[in-house]
Amino acid sequence: MKYVDEFRDPEKARRLQQRIEAVMLKLRKDRGRPLQIMEFCGGHTHTLFRYGIEQMLPEGLEMVHGPGCPVCVLPMGRVDDCVALAERPDVIFTTFGDAMRVPGSRKSLLQAKAEGADVRMVYSPLDALELARRNPDRQVIFFALGFETTMPSTALTVLQAKNEGIRNFSLFCNHITTVPTIKAVLDSPDMQIDAFLAPGHVSMVVGEQPFQFIAADYGKPIVITGFEPLDILQSIYMVLRQLAEGRSEVENQYQRIVPKNGNDAGLQAIAEVFELREYFEWRGLGSIDHSGVRMRGAFADYDAERKFTIPNLKIADPKACQCGEVIKGVIRPWECKVFGDACTPQTPMGALMVSSEGACAAYYNFGNLPDLLRLREQKDRRKPASTGADAA
Amino acid sequence: MCLGIPGQITAITDTEQMLAEVNVSGVTRPVNIACIVTDDHPPETCIGDWVLVHVGFAMSRIDEAEARKTLAILDELGEVQQELDAMRDSEQALA
Ligand code: SF4
Repeated sequence: MKYVDEFRDPEKARRLQQRIEAVMLKLRKDRGRPLQIMEFCGGHTHTLFRYGIEQMLPEGLEMVHGPGCPVCVLPMGRVDDCVALAERPDVIFTTFGDAMRVPGSRKSLLQAKAEGADVRMVYSPLDALELARRNPDRQVIFFALGFETTMPSTALTVLQAKNEGIRNFSLFCNHITTVPTIKAVLDSPDMQIDAFLAPGHVSMVVGEQPFQFIAADYGKPIVITGFEPLDILQSIYMVLRQLAEGRSEVENQYQRIVPKNGNDAGLQAIAEVFELREYFEWRGLGSIDHSGVRMRGAFADYDAERKFTIPNLKIADPKACQCGEVIKGVIRPWECKVFGDACTPQTPMGALMVSSEGACAAYYNFGNLPDLLRLREQKDRRKPASTGADAA
Repeated sequence: MCLGIPGQITAITDTEQMLAEVNVSGVTRPVNIACIVTDDHPPETCIGDWVLVHVGFAMSRIDEAEARKTLAILDELGEVQQELDAMRDSEQALA
């Protein structure tokens, strides 16, 4: 209960906690394994850890931290492509700060910058476009990454560049799509997820409809969830109530931000500039059909992939990395063999250790490290074991 | 990048390009308002709007009470400082 007092409205938190416990009483009866809810979005993962929400949950209920951190699922080969682009003398390579430290097979963007490449951290693609205006003799490339939340911003920036006739600006497009990725998680043979919390700000753009198939075809409850701790507790209660009542629907806990039909202008810009790729490569998850977008032919002049040659090599993750299993919820982050030893936020092997939204970094930063490592040892000794209670 | 941050629109700078100025926790920066403009809510009426800003784009209108609550929570999460730092670093990167 130590954490509840930290909530802005501890009374409400306590009430939700009691409701969750009550509904779990009913749900626990006839199942031999813990119930698993996946929060898809890295923002949710961050809130969960910051407020210690997992420790507030009753036994038999586990949160699985999904693949929704765009930096965490960036394959090494793509980082190498960024570095190759950034190392061209005619290029100013611009990126969000989160991507700077993700390891590539040779180096990260941060290392490339230290070695003299012109890499600049920008807050917005609009700032990258401004750089292009101010440096007409250089090629400014913006590293476009993120789910649907950030797609309208890059699409609108490209439209503006085209409008103004700016020729020295392009996107290295690595946007990824939410729905095909959830589908891949659902289709994975070792998947045991019982219900989902859908990302709030992706939904703000795409609306409720794209998630319908999860409820309709896969029979899994899914609740669109906000980012505040009480939002998450309430959404956990909402999916559990669906499970207890034998329903599977898309419910919208975050109606104050998420309109049923999403954001018109944003969706229009996305549709105008981007088209689905046949497949996209993910770190830890392999190739997923239709899980990324590229720029349409009409925007070839603004597409760094077409304008420049990039290595485009597929680089396997280091053997010891178990990021994929963590993302799918097959193992807990601290159960990875290199967690806290060879892989730490200072020396990340996998990207889940890089971003503050990555599950491994979150456990490392907010968990009790010696406890976690002891748990892993115990588990290794008595395999296969279940890990009902979390010591994070 | 994904959580965004609430801010208040203080001026419209370019109706054609849908550009405005937004005040985020005391810091002023340019913001694109294409995603919050509709026929019923043209650019001129956006001044004073509280909005959720993602990477320089106003993505959603929110009411003031909600904005303040969200700011308080983002502050606890350490996100406000991060966003403001990112805005400041970005300004330097333009030089
Ligand atoms: S500890 Fe490192 S290698 Fe293992 S799953 Fe986490 S990020 Fe990947």
